[in-house]
Amino acid sequence: MEQGVGMENQAVNDAAGNSDDVAIRVQQLSLWYGTFQALFDVDFDVKRGIITSLIGPSGCGKSTLLRTVNRINDRLGYVRTTGSVEVLGKNILDEDVALPQLRKEVGMVFQRPNPFPLSIRDNVLFGYNLHEASGRRDKGNEDDLAEAALRKVLLWDEVKDRLDQKATELSLEEQQKLCIARLIPVKPQVLLMDEPCSALDPAATEAIEELIWELRGQFTILIVTHNMAQARRASDECAFMLMGKMVEHGQTSEMFVTPEHKETADYIEGRYG
Amino acid sequence: MARSAEAIDERNLAWYLDRAVRVFVFVGGISAIVLIIGIFVFITREGLEFATTTLNIKEFFTSPRWAPTSETRPTYGALALIAGTVSVTGTAMIVAIPFSLGAAIYIAEFATGKTREVLKVLVEMLAAIPSVVWGFIGLSIMNGIIIQLFNVPIGLNVLNAGVILGLMAAPIMTTIAEDALKAVPDDYRQAAEAMGATRWQVIFKVVLPAARNGLVSAVLLGVGRGFGETMAVLMASGHSINIPDSVFDSVRALTATIAAELGETAVGSDHYGALFTLGIMLFVVTFIINLTADLVVRGIKKR
Repeated sequence: MEQGVGMENQAVNDAAGNSDDVAIRVQQLSLWYGTFQALFDVDFDVKRGIITSLIGPSGCGKSTLLRTVNRINDRLGYVRTTGSVEVLGKNILDEDVALPQLRKEVGMVFQRPNPFPLSIRDNVLFGYNLHEASGRRDKGNEDDLAEAALRKVLLWDEVKDRLDQKATELSLEEQQKLCIARLIPVKPQVLLMDEPCSALDPAATEAIEELIWELRGQFTILIVTHNMAQARRASDECAFMLMGKMVEHGQTSEMFVTPEHKETADYIEGRYG
Repeated sequence: MARSAEAIDERNLAWYLDRAVRVFVFVGGISAIVLIIGIFVFITREGLEFATTTLNIKEFFTSPRWAPTSETRPTYGALALIAGTVSVTGTAMIVAIPFSLGAAIYIAEFATGKTREVLKVLVEMLAAIPSVVWGFIGLSIMNGIIIQLFNVPIGLNVLNAGVILGLMAAPIMTTIAEDALKAVPDDYRQAAEAMGATRWQVIFKVVLPAARNGLVSAVLLGVGRGFGETMAVLMASGHSINIPDSVFDSVRALTATIAAELGETAVGSDHYGALFTLGIMLFVVTFIINLTADLVVRGIKKR
């Protein structure tokens, strides 16, 4: 770990360049699905404002770790955890955490684009109407918010004339952009992305990657990916997990060239996974 | 080579069995169509001649006087009967819609494991209770309750029949509505929860809108059930020809009229023809309701 800390500081300094704040601090996190232990004493810091990718073979626990940060794993009902996950200074595994508030701060993009079967406009404003609009709604303000969010995900020009169209009729790439756009009006601090491109074709993947890169600096982005090339192209820092344990975490450029652990090297070179 | 060609052509027991089953299934499949056309032709043949010649259509739809057995001047005004059916069905829906949608939401979204299974079985059992039993409950239990509770002279009225019919229609509506809710992909719920929606927000803002078509068709099928139900309505509604002013008035339904009178008419008489005219009307209305429900359901799948 001592080694890791040194590396992380360095990574922040030349990758993000803003502050060395930690947005997500995972400490000694273990997690069980029923009796199956999926995470073992994971320690992991995600720095503010940069893109961190989580890689590792199927079933290594990277999605589980991601889904713990907004506690969407709670849906399953048979998940037990020990340790702590601090998001913006608060341990979100505490009983008294208000999940709606947490999930407002920590937005999530899923593997398969999952816009609601509502209009494009209603999709973009869905979260806003959950969290912000109490009482009277201001249509002009809502329009501005929707436009800003859609512009931010580079979708505005494509959909501006058909905001009342059903979102499920869009192409997959547009749907995934919309799924990112609908997080923006509530101004989240952290964006979690669970293999956001794995259901998309190469062109769409490229477009989404570009978009994620555009969002860098404005949000803390933690992205799970199966695609090592993607991790390498589109992240500042990279963490490698194996069998529920955090093996290595460092600057992406260094990790892919000079991995510290043999397992990391083997995985990166495609010997398993 | 020759041998294998023979083997392909061989007609053994399995081949004939396959053929027989195919024919059997085909006959079963088209029998539904044949039967519905047959019923329609029969009802029309019995009722149409009277409806087009003797019957005064204007009187039929605007007069509340249904007096087919009058010695001096028989009249065939169906307005009161239509009002009876509509008022009872309407009351039934006011009872059934909240009950069935509530039950469907609970079963589909909240109940888990054993509770869910038990509830589903119970709801299906409720749907299997014979209508005469419901009618009996209306006649013997609801009647007394309504008389006591509202201090009215008679408890066999729109309210009684409506509540009974609502309880009868609720199980089938619950089952269909629950199917519609279950058909909403879990992705939507997860997405909404991940955006910070509470359980109720997930249901009201995402699940119900997504299942809207299925829910509408559940309600429509309930309405169709209400229109067509005979025995329970006959027993619980009071069976008196009357355009109701309130839910405490007794009414008579279209279906109950046919059931009560058809046995005592001479085949081919005007009265007989008039009852079949009621039948045509009921058939057409329920057909339209069911067809609409079906088209609404198909609407979801197309999108």
